[in-house]
Amino acid sequence: MAKMTMVQALNLALRQEMEKDDRVILLGEDVGVDGGVFRVSDGLIDRFGAERVIDTPLAESGIVGAAIGMAVYGLRPVCEIQFSGFTYFNFHQLESHAARLRHRSQGKYHVPMVLRAPYGGGVRALEHHSESREAYYAHTPGLKMVIPSGPRNSRALMVSAIRDPDPVIFFEPKSLYRAFREEVPEEEEILPLGVPVKVREGGDMTLVAYGAMIPPSLEAAEALKSNHGIEVEVFDLLTISPLDVTLIAESVRKTGHAVVVHEAHRSFGPGAEIMARLMEEAFFYLEAPVKRVTGYDIIYPLFARENAYMPNAKRIVRAVRETLAS
Amino acid sequence: MPKTPLPFSHQSEYLSILDENGNVDKALEPELPEEFLLKLYWYMLLGRRFDERMLNLQRQGRIGTFPPLIGQEASQLGAVAALKPSDWMAPAFREALAEIWRGKSMENTILYYAGYDEGGVIEKSRNDLPLAIPVSSQTLHAVGIAMAIKYRGQPDVAMTFFGDGATSEGDFHEALNFAGVFQVPVIFVCQNNQWAISTPLAKQTRSETIAQKAASYGFPGIQVDGNDILAVYSASLKAIERARSGEGPSLIECLTYRMGLHTTADDPTKYRDNKEVKMWESRDPISRFRTYLLNKGVLSNKKSQQYEEEIKTEIQGVVERSEELMTELGAPEDMFAHQYDELPPHLLRQREEMLDQWRLDQEEEKHG
Ligand SMILES: Cc1ncc(C[n+]2csc(CCOP(=O)(O)OP(=O)(O)O)c2C)c(N)n1
Ligand SMILES: [Mg+2]
Repeated sequence: MAKMTMVQALNLALRQEMEKDDRVILLGEDVGVDGGVFRVSDGLIDRFGAERVIDTPLAESGIVGAAIGMAVYGLRPVCEIQFSGFTYFNFHQLESHAARLRHRSQGKYHVPMVLRAPYGGGVRALEHHSESREAYYAHTPGLKMVIPSGPRNSRALMVSAIRDPDPVIFFEPKSLYRAFREEVPEEEEILPLGVPVKVREGGDMTLVAYGAMIPPSLEAAEALKSNHGIEVEVFDLLTISPLDVTLIAESVRKTGHAVVVHEAHRSFGPGAEIMARLMEEAFFYLEAPVKRVTGYDIIYPLFARENAYMPNAKRIVRAVRETLAS
Repeated sequence: MPKTPLPFSHQSEYLSILDENGNVDKALEPELPEEFLLKLYWYMLLGRRFDERMLNLQRQGRIGTFPPLIGQEASQLGAVAALKPSDWMAPAFREALAEIWRGKSMENTILYYAGYDEGGVIEKSRNDLPLAIPVSSQTLHAVGIAMAIKYRGQPDVAMTFFGDGATSEGDFHEALNFAGVFQVPVIFVCQNNQWAISTPLAKQTRSETIAQKAASYGFPGIQVDGNDILAVYSASLKAIERARSGEGPSLIECLTYRMGLHTTADDPTKYRDNKEVKMWESRDPISRFRTYLLNKGVLSNKKSQQYEEEIKTEIQGVVERSEELMTELGAPEDMFAHQYDELPPHLLRQREEMLDQWRLDQEEEKHG
């Protein structure tokens, strides 16, 4: 097994799926010769040629609209939108068609495409390059919304996303692209979409997070244990939509407490849905209101203030302690 | 039912007045006052030196990512220099020099790229939109401004900048189509610097020129040597006068070159041949303009040197002042400013929460 960054692990997933299945093709701005601005598709044009790794004109609606056509014809396009902040240019293609063609054609067509895009903050970026707006996509029936949190699960989820018969929006936490390495096996490994994983056991508190919020959540869990003797059970959502809280509700029945963490804005964010589901599935086990540690409901500030905006381990520790104390 | 050629009558022109050696076409040379020529030269030089300094600051970690404009001084300055202050301008993101000419303070440019939202402020003196990063989106805003100008019967025009890559977006098409249909006073200025990150023009469009695209929307397009400030200025002035007199929109394609990086996060050696860069170096917009001014007797080497000194001092002052400003700015609660006309109750609460959390973060960091 090789130690890989998330960028390398995603590259491995794309390469192997392209080797196995000639229906898989990549398209996007700067994905070919440049290998993508973050190098996720580095070297793939040399290996598979410019017909399969397509540098497109600068047009997101064009990329996604064309990918829908390819998918309907039987290909498995993987689109890269350079930053999630530019997916609004293609939003109508997702909402009006990718998400609906299966239904509109009453099952004759389906759209097995993946839209990859780096998302999230913490990298001292320009405007439009730091947002976490996964809720838009999670809110759209017909789409799946996936967010990995490390090299190994990003690879395994990408394989599933490519093979999935329905359109998958795959947001990559860009602050984790090169943040750490993990062993990633060369042989195939897949993780099912729609199933959260428990990444830490604990009996006092259920903590739910995903994407770039996993490292601070684990850091907080560690600090809570060593400084306060609080045992936190941490769940990594991995798939935002379709959301399955079965395991999380089970955990809440044990701990009686939950905190949800995301970079995304609080109001109408994924945390709101998780809380609602917990109300439905574990209300009588909750001993305190569920707390959210999230981005604030404002335009993401330019980077001089992003540390004050972004949830961090300290904020998570406080939220857990307050929830347990209430 | 014959088969006949369509009466497609548009002809696009190419305009060059000052060649790369600084030789001028006397018949086309615009008559411009000496002070104005010198002012153009001063600003071009300022744009170049400021860009170099920004790159330097970025490399030292004193500012964040920014898009250098080196090589495109003439193609942006020539266009805005033909505007009146009361006109409107909607830039993309590589027009720092055009913005500075229009009255943006360099301190604000630095603040913006150092991550302070305050740097985005639009000074009272100018009718400009803030820079727009979503490629081509601003072209529609310029059209809307021009529609409003027409509705109000004002004598103003709107000018918008965008790159060659931007011409692939749907927004660009919609903007040109609106402009053509509504015949509004807007000038589209394409900074055709041959590249959109790693994508060369040839992969962006099969059209031989960007100028010709205007024809399909029913208005004139012209291609100019974008490194020739006299050509850019002359073409812009003509388009502006046309717009002002109610004759509708125009498109100006400035043929130029992105001499530097796409942004400071980019590595062009991955996708382009340095020979191409070298070739464009010999077409530098500033050196040919200097030669022209020297030959014309408007500028002397001594004066040029004096300008360099002045600019160096000015930029040094700007950097010092902006870094001083940074020590005063940065109160985290200001991130809640300018969200709405009035901050709704839940955001007032979130602002308090944010401050509490931030203070606790600071304390914990201090006490370990
Ligand atoms: C809608 C949108 N898609 C993608 C990007 C990322 N991006 C920033 S600049 C750029 C290339 C722009 O090329 P061009 O229009 O030629 O302008 P230039 O950078 O050459 O000045 C890209 C793809 C963006 N900012 N906006
Ligand atoms: Mg360009």
